[in-house]
Amino acid sequence: MSESPEITQTLQRPARTVVPVSGEHVGSPLVARPIGRRTLDDRASLVGSLLAALAITWLVYERMLAFGGYVGFAVCWWLTFIIVYTFVSASSHPWVEVKDRLAGVIVASGASIIALVLGCMVVFVFLKGWPALHHWNFYTQDMTGVSPLDPLSKGGISHALVGSAIEVGIAVLVALPLGIGTAVYMSEVGGRAAKLVRTVVEAMTALPDILAGLFVYTVLIVGLHWDRTGLSAALALVVTMVPIVARSAEVTLRVVPGGLREASWALGASQWQTVWRVVLPTARSGLTTALILGIARVSGETAPLLIVSGSSTYFNANPLSQPMNSLPLFIYGNVRGVQDENILARGYGAAAVLLTVVLILFTLARFVARPRSGSR
Amino acid sequence: MAPVSTTLDRPEQRSTAAELEAREVSAWFGTNKVLEQVSLTMPRNTVTALIGPSGCGKSTFLRILNRMHEKVPSAHLSGEVLLDGYDIYAPGLTVTATRKRIGMVFQKPNPFPAMSIADNVTAGLKLTGTKIGRSERAELIERSLTRAGLWNEVKDRLNQPGTSLSGGQQQRLCIARSLAVDPELLLMDEPCSALDPTSTYRIEQTIAEIVSDVTIVIVTHNMQQAARVSQQCAFFLASQGTPGQIVESGETAQIFGSPRDPRTADYVNGRFG
Amino acid sequence: MTLLLDDPTEDAPAEGVQEQDAPRSVDPGLGRVDKTFRFTVRGIGMFVLVMTVAIGGFLGWQATHTYHDYGLKFFYGTTFDPSRNLFQIAPILLGTVEVALVALAVGFPIALMTALFITEYAPSRLKSPLIALVDMMAAVPSVIVGVWAVKWLQDRAIFTTRWISQNLGWIPIFHVDGDIDAASNTWQINFIGSVAIAGLVVGLMIVPLACSVMRGVFDLAPLSEREAAYALGSTKWGMIRTVVIPFGRGGIIGGTMLALGRALGETVAVLLIITNDDTPKIQVLSGGTDTISAMIASQFGNAHQGQLAAYLTAGFVLFVMTIAVNTVAAIFVNRSRSGAGVDV
Repeated sequence: MSESPEITQTLQRPARTVVPVSGEHVGSPLVARPIGRRTLDDRASLVGSLLAALAITWLVYERMLAFGGYVGFAVCWWLTFIIVYTFVSASSHPWVEVKDRLAGVIVASGASIIALVLGCMVVFVFLKGWPALHHWNFYTQDMTGVSPLDPLSKGGISHALVGSAIEVGIAVLVALPLGIGTAVYMSEVGGRAAKLVRTVVEAMTALPDILAGLFVYTVLIVGLHWDRTGLSAALALVVTMVPIVARSAEVTLRVVPGGLREASWALGASQWQTVWRVVLPTARSGLTTALILGIARVSGETAPLLIVSGSSTYFNANPLSQPMNSLPLFIYGNVRGVQDENILARGYGAAAVLLTVVLILFTLARFVARPRSGSR
Repeated sequence: MAPVSTTLDRPEQRSTAAELEAREVSAWFGTNKVLEQVSLTMPRNTVTALIGPSGCGKSTFLRILNRMHEKVPSAHLSGEVLLDGYDIYAPGLTVTATRKRIGMVFQKPNPFPAMSIADNVTAGLKLTGTKIGRSERAELIERSLTRAGLWNEVKDRLNQPGTSLSGGQQQRLCIARSLAVDPELLLMDEPCSALDPTSTYRIEQTIAEIVSDVTIVIVTHNMQQAARVSQQCAFFLASQGTPGQIVESGETAQIFGSPRDPRTADYVNGRFG
Repeated sequence: MTLLLDDPTEDAPAEGVQEQDAPRSVDPGLGRVDKTFRFTVRGIGMFVLVMTVAIGGFLGWQATHTYHDYGLKFFYGTTFDPSRNLFQIAPILLGTVEVALVALAVGFPIALMTALFITEYAPSRLKSPLIALVDMMAAVPSVIVGVWAVKWLQDRAIFTTRWISQNLGWIPIFHVDGDIDAASNTWQINFIGSVAIAGLVVGLMIVPLACSVMRGVFDLAPLSEREAAYALGSTKWGMIRTVVIPFGRGGIIGGTMLALGRALGETVAVLLIITNDDTPKIQVLSGGTDTISAMIASQFGNAHQGQLAAYLTAGFVLFVMTIAVNTVAAIFVNRSRSGAGVDV
């Protein structure tokens, strides 16, 4: 503390503290100030650089011919923009600020790539599939007796639709109990063996899906002389699905607080009752999300089906005999190496249907997983 | 207009301590008003302590002084904060330049774990893009660590990570780091509350030494500490549901010896807190 | 005499009696319901274990068959011609790795930038929709991505690959043979179905996976360090460089490796794009390549029984590579400062 000579004369001096009187105010009125907003300079240099880059690219583009069409133009525009923006910023700001601005712009551009790609894909599939999609027969007929080159008013994907539904249905019916049962085992019963199971399950999520298909093919179709049926296809899907469901279900169960289990045991409940009435219901939304996402993923699986499933052209609702077609297989068959417009259109149409199904499931999963007010 | 460039270009000419004046500063988080028209002058080369019970806006006020308050998305303020007469919230001065001139040390020491002790000291230069030659760098590290009272303890291990030090040493490292950018003011938000008494004593010593170069504003819960280190004091209070305000401010001796407001008297005599 | 005080030896056992302080066994006494429950659940777990071990064992058995039939040359030989019963998968392994590396080169920067944007730059009300958007990208089936890529993206991307080979073709991996400067469209055939295009598409597909791991660790970067950087006068990018990225290093590497594992196994998108070429090549811009999963999918139909083992072994090699990559990824994430809160 500083020692000032005036201290000894406290009594003669006026009081050296200030007690502010409320209500009296000098100076600017109580208006909240905008702080941390972008300044005019920020906005102007951004927009200005964008426009300048557009102008430059327009003038120079024809000469460069490095890229094709609009996409190339956009890329050139972006590159020019970055250069112009750097110069504009550097003229009035220190280099740190320029780096900061550049970083912000580049990060935002990178992030928008995914949005652009996703949008592009969705638009492409629906636009190109529209010629087939707006025919009712597309959904109600199969391809029996219809030559692929026939106009789109004939034929449809009903066989692929039912095939996908049945195959995915069977796969879920088998993989779900296995996956969740394994998850319950790992999470609730535990023990050394459970640790081994967990390691093995983790490793199996790395199994390439084509290999799952090849395995089922070798064992069931070649080894046991089964026919290629809907069931064999579904089993290949099961092999891929079980580790994934088991793993995500286990993660969900692990998050359930141990205190809930203890409370249940302290009340005298058996382990089974605890799991069935406390743990699983608490984890319900997480489990449902995992399940729905699993279904979405399996609906789009193509690789194992390429090996294990035949691709029929006729409607077949019996998984135990005769091959079944499915949406991914149908799409693949109608696009690979194909140039004919009608065939492609059916393929795109099927892709649009599959995409819609997947997106609906995805939205459903997010809806189920949303944090509920008042929960926990 | 206050200059934006750094004075480190010519190390022999270091910046002088500045005076900070807050005029009628009010602050909100969303619609919740937390500070009511706070006015305070923090004279140069002095230590000003902000005291008061918890929750009355001292830390919020401190963070307004170096524009950290606006980092919270819903934060607003009104009023002015004048650094040597220039409002730091006016458009001419960038946020980063302000924070270079007004440094801050936090309650919990936060050295950068990915950097060595030496790199931690010069982190501020790296982050603000200030260039410095190799020999000047070494000299700056030694000078900053000496001012912070840490040089003798770490001079042989400058390359170890910043987090390999004890709590008190880490806090002094943070002080050295803040001093290395040559600020005119140093804000300290309860810098000793997470430390043991010995480290606290060392830091109070450091404060007494550096105040000849830097104006210091310190928020503290510990009244005895405020009485020990500060020359000026401001007592904040917020009653139930009302925003924080300064009840009384002035020379520390007066605040503790003969406060004018009965609430101040109650607080400094420990009748509530 | 201390008669009034309690004699501490009063309650001790008389001498001669050995009191063992051994723990007693406690029988939880599981009821019938619980016993059944545990038995069933353990049974399921064991079934899954057995099933997966059986798969692994079966594949290993097939590998020994293959070693018998084709020798070690199976792995390092460079002639792959099933019609002549020549199975040497080195060129295909090369193609797999090349596609995966290009995918990483494309996907890593995009994932990093997307993750940084979501955690550091996006306004808070945009965060949730953006995350949903990225996850939606992950949900799109690979067959649809492949269809879009081969019918729309490829035709435009080959302009870029041509430009690269025209200007940087002196670097061997960017060189492309053939008449690439042709005025008409004949130059296109040299570029269609290349490693680069396949890698580009796979790279886009792996972004959501890498991004979500990176996002997880960036969110955990401590606020105190961020504030320290800002208080020193740092810009936002300076803070990200000094605090967020060093903190998130484990997640960045781990997420990238997980993405690599996914890229190695991608089948359908690659299958739709590449033109088949089983010779070893390092020219990534030139059309024609093969990857293990694409090879299995397209060739197995022609395989007669004795050759099935070879395909299975090739797939097994891929499996082992993926497990190795995933394990390394998990190690990186778990051992880093940021690893504690992230689930890989």
